[in-house]
Amino acid sequence: MNVMQNVGIGSAINRVDGLQKVTGQARYAAEHPVPGLVYGVIVSGAVPKGRILALDEAEARAVPGVIEILTHKNRPHIAWFDHSHKDMVAPPGSPFKALYDDRIHFSGQPIALVLAESFEVARHAASLVRASYEVEPHNTDFHKAQAERFMPSKKRDSFQPPKNRGDAGAAYEAAPVKVSADFHLATEHHNPMEMHASTVIWEGDGGITVFDKTQGPQNVRDYLAGVFNMSAKNIRVMNPYVGGAFGSGLRPQYQVYLAVMAARMLRRSVRVVMTRQQMFTHGHRPEALQSVQLGAERDGRLTAIRNSATTSTSRYENNMENVVNWGMMNYACENAAGEYAIAPVDTATSSDMRAPGAATGMTFFEMAVDEMAHAAGIDPLEFRIRNYSEIDQMNGTPFTSKALREAYAEGAAAFGWSRRSQAPRSMKEGRELVGWGVATGMWDAMFSKTSASARLTANGHLEVASAASDIGTGTYTVMAQAAADTLGLPVEQITVRLGDSTLPTAPVEGGSWMAASVGAAVQLACRSVAEKLLKAAEKMENSPLGSASLDEVRFAGGRISLRDDPARGVAIAEIMRAAGMDAIEVQETASGGISGMISQMRKSRNTHSAIFAEVRVDEELGVIRVTRIVNAVAAGRIINPKTARSQILGGVVMGIGMAMHEESMADHRYGRFMNHNYAEYHVPVNADIGDIQVIFVDEPDPEVTPLGVKGVGEIGIVGTAAAVANAIFHATGKRVRSLPITIDKVFDANPLP
Amino acid sequence: MPEAVPPAPAAILAAMPITLTINGRERRLSVEPWVTLLDLLREREDLTGTKKGCDHGQCGACTVLVDGRRINSCLKLAVSLDGASITTIEGLADGSRLDPLQQAFMDHDAFQCGYCTPGQICSAKGLLNENQAPTRQEVQELMSGNLCRCGAYTNIVDAIMEVLEARGEARAASAEAAR
Ligand code: FES
Ligand code: FES
Repeated sequence: MNVMQNVGIGSAINRVDGLQKVTGQARYAAEHPVPGLVYGVIVSGAVPKGRILALDEAEARAVPGVIEILTHKNRPHIAWFDHSHKDMVAPPGSPFKALYDDRIHFSGQPIALVLAESFEVARHAASLVRASYEVEPHNTDFHKAQAERFMPSKKRDSFQPPKNRGDAGAAYEAAPVKVSADFHLATEHHNPMEMHASTVIWEGDGGITVFDKTQGPQNVRDYLAGVFNMSAKNIRVMNPYVGGAFGSGLRPQYQVYLAVMAARMLRRSVRVVMTRQQMFTHGHRPEALQSVQLGAERDGRLTAIRNSATTSTSRYENNMENVVNWGMMNYACENAAGEYAIAPVDTATSSDMRAPGAATGMTFFEMAVDEMAHAAGIDPLEFRIRNYSEIDQMNGTPFTSKALREAYAEGAAAFGWSRRSQAPRSMKEGRELVGWGVATGMWDAMFSKTSASARLTANGHLEVASAASDIGTGTYTVMAQAAADTLGLPVEQITVRLGDSTLPTAPVEGGSWMAASVGAAVQLACRSVAEKLLKAAEKMENSPLGSASLDEVRFAGGRISLRDDPARGVAIAEIMRAAGMDAIEVQETASGGISGMISQMRKSRNTHSAIFAEVRVDEELGVIRVTRIVNAVAAGRIINPKTARSQILGGVVMGIGMAMHEESMADHRYGRFMNHNYAEYHVPVNADIGDIQVIFVDEPDPEVTPLGVKGVGEIGIVGTAAAVANAIFHATGKRVRSLPITIDKVFDANPLP
Repeated sequence: MPEAVPPAPAAILAAMPITLTINGRERRLSVEPWVTLLDLLREREDLTGTKKGCDHGQCGACTVLVDGRRINSCLKLAVSLDGASITTIEGLADGSRLDPLQQAFMDHDAFQCGYCTPGQICSAKGLLNENQAPTRQEVQELMSGNLCRCGAYTNIVDAIMEVLEARGEARAASAEAAR
C-alpha cells in the first residue's frame, strides 16, 4: 500500500498508548509484580503541631505477619542537611523529612510505616499503632494567617515580581468608574485518580529500581540519591504510566522516601501506596486572597489596575506563585501596580497545581474585569476588546504571537455571544435563569532543555527515547508524531520509550513545556538520523539522490526521495544494507540556545484563550448547572488536535470544579482537612459536565519554540472558573467573590444594583 | 483503652476456600475473609487492570462485572462471591478482538492518564447490560459513579453513545434534555 496516512505533526491520530490503557495492560506504580514483596502502610499523625511523646507499637507488632515498624526512633540514617533533601523543584525552605524526629508539622504527617507480608496485615496493624503527643498551638486559618503575611528574602526561582507602571493609586482615585473587589479561593487538592504509590525493587546488589508515581523520574532519582547518600547510578526510577498528577507528582512525595527507606532497612522489595485520605496530607493549590481595584473612563478604557494577592504556604517552606502579573500583562492600561506575599499555615507546603498562579490570579482578575464592564455598562466581551493590548503591558515587550483577538471572535461566534442580552437576570428559559459569561485565559509558553535518542534499525523500526513523562498529557503520542514527521515512518514502526531515569535527560513534566521541548529533541535526533542516512545514500553506487541536502529530499513510506523529482528515491532499508549498517543510533539535545535566550528577554511567550460559559440557575432550589462552555485557545502549533483537545477538556472540567465544587475544608480546631475523601471533596462527575467545545485558533509562531508549539496542559483551566462565575452573575445579578460558588453562597449574596 | 484491643487476627482470619470464575477461567482460591475482591485481583491474581482510586466505593475505578452486573470491587469481600463469575478489563476483549467499547474509547480519546478507564469501560459494559440508558443525559447520570479527574467525561459519553447507536439502542434525547 502506498497511501500514507498522515501521522506527523498536526494530525489527529489516536493516542499511541491507548491500547494498553483500554485493555488494562498499562501498569502504574503500584502494579509491577515482584516476588516476596513487603507491603507498607503509612500511619498518619492526628495532631497538627507538637511532638510525639510516645508510640505504642506493641499490639501492632504482635500481629502475625508484621515484619517491622519504621518510626523516627528506629529509622536508618538519612542525610542531615536540608540541602540533601531538596528536589529540583523544591521551593526555598527546609523540606519535610518523614520520620526524621519527633516533631509534628502538619496534621496527617506520617509517623510510622508498618511493614508486613500482606497488605491486609499491614493495614490492620497500622490501625493498632497508638501515639501520644505534646500538642502545641497551631493555626490553619488562612484569614488569621494574614497577620503573618510576608515576602521571603529568598524567592522561589520561578517567581517573577510584578513590575509597576505609572501611578496606579492616583489614577484609581481619579477614575470616574471604579470597581474594588476582594476574592477568596479555597484550598484545592490535586486528587489524581491514582494515589501516590511506589514499588521499590531491591536488586540485591545494593541497587534499587523504583516504580514511582512522579512527573519526573530523574528528579526522584536525584532526590533519593541525596537523601540516602546513594550513587545515582544505583537508582533507576521508572514511571511509564502515571495515573494523573496535575502537579502533585512534581516533587517526590513521602511514600517514595518511606518505601526506599524500608527497602534499605529490610533489604527487600517494598510497596507503599497512600490512601485517598493521605492524598490530602501533602501538596495542594494554595488558599488565596486577592483584591483587585480597577479604574476606567466612562467609555470603558482602563486607567488603573491595582492587584494584590496572598497565597498560603507552610511554616517550613516558602511556596510562591505568580498570581498578580497576568492581568497587568494582558490589558492596555497606563497605570498598574501589583503586590504579592505569602502567609504560613500549619499544613503541608502548598504546591503547584495545574496552572499555578494563573488559575488563581487570572481567574479573579477576569471576575473583576466583568464587574468593571458591568459598572461601565459595556458588554464584557466588548470591554475586553476595547482594552486589548498587542504587547505584554507589564514587561513592555512584544509577544512572539498573540491571537487572542481571533480567539475572542471565533469563540463568540461559536457560542452565539451576539444573542446575549446585557442586563443580568434578563435571560430566562422555563423556570431557569440563564447566564452567559466570558473570560480570558493566559499561560506561559515555555521551553526546557531536553535530550532524546533515536535508534533506527535496518528493518525500518525506529525507537525514540527520553526520560520524559506522560501523565495523560499525550507525551508518547507527541514523541511518535515528531519522529514520524521527520522520518516519514508509520507510527506502527515507531516505539517510544519514556518514564525511565536511565534515558536521555528530560525535565519534569509540568508547566506545559513538555510537548514543545521533547518534541523538539525527538525531531533533532531524527534529523540527525536522516543526515546520516543521506550521507550513506550519497556513497551508494550511482547514488539515486546525488548530493541532495536534507531540505531537498522527502522522507515518506520508508523511502527518501527528491522533492523535485519524487520518482528518484531509495528505500531506507536499502541504504542501510548498502552501507552495511545494522542500526543508526544518535542522541541530541534541544535547547533554546543563546539566540533563544536573547529573544526570550526581548519577547514574551504566552498562550491565550477566550472562554465562554452558559449556566442555568433554578433559583427556587439554588441549583446551578454549567450547560455549555466554548474555549477558544491560541497555543501556536498543535501537534495532535485530538489529544490537545482532551487537555483543554480536562482543564475546563477542573475549572468547573474550581468554580463550583472543589474545596478542602479544614476544621481549624483540629487543623485538619476534614473532607479528605472523594465523597466530600467534590470533583466534577459526568452529570456535572455539559457541552464543551474546544477551538484552536490559527497561530503560526516559528519563533516561540523550535516546533512552534506552545503547550496546552494548563491553559484550559485558566479563566474557566471566571467565565462560569461571570455567567452566574449574569443569570442571577449576584456577585459571589469566593470560589467555589456553592448554593449557600448564591442564596446569601445580595443582588447588585 | 486496653479493653478495645481486638482479638488476634490470625486466629479469626483463617483462609477460606472459594471458587471464582475470573475472565472465563475457574480459579480455586484460598482467601482470608478480610480480602476485598479488588485486592484479590490486584495483589494475588496479578490482574492490575482493575484500579484502586479510593478503596471506599467513592470513585468507581475498581468497577468490575460480577455475573454481568457492575460493582465496586473495593466494597466486596472476595469470600462473599464464592461461585460467582467475574469479568475484569483484561477479560473484555475476545482474543485480539476488542470489545466495541474499548475501540470507541480509543477513537474518542475517552481518557488521558487511563487510570479511571478500566472502571469506566466495565461500568459502561454493565450499563449496556442494564438496558436502561438510551439517552445521552441518562448515560451521563448513570456513569456518574465513575470519576475521571482528567475530565474526559464528554468523550466518554461520546464513546458510549457510539456503541449504543451501533446497537440501535440509542434514543435521541427528549426535547427538554436537548441542549
Ligand atoms: S476504589 Fe472502589 S470505588 Fe474507588
Ligand atoms: S483518564 Fe485520568 S482519571 Fe480518567
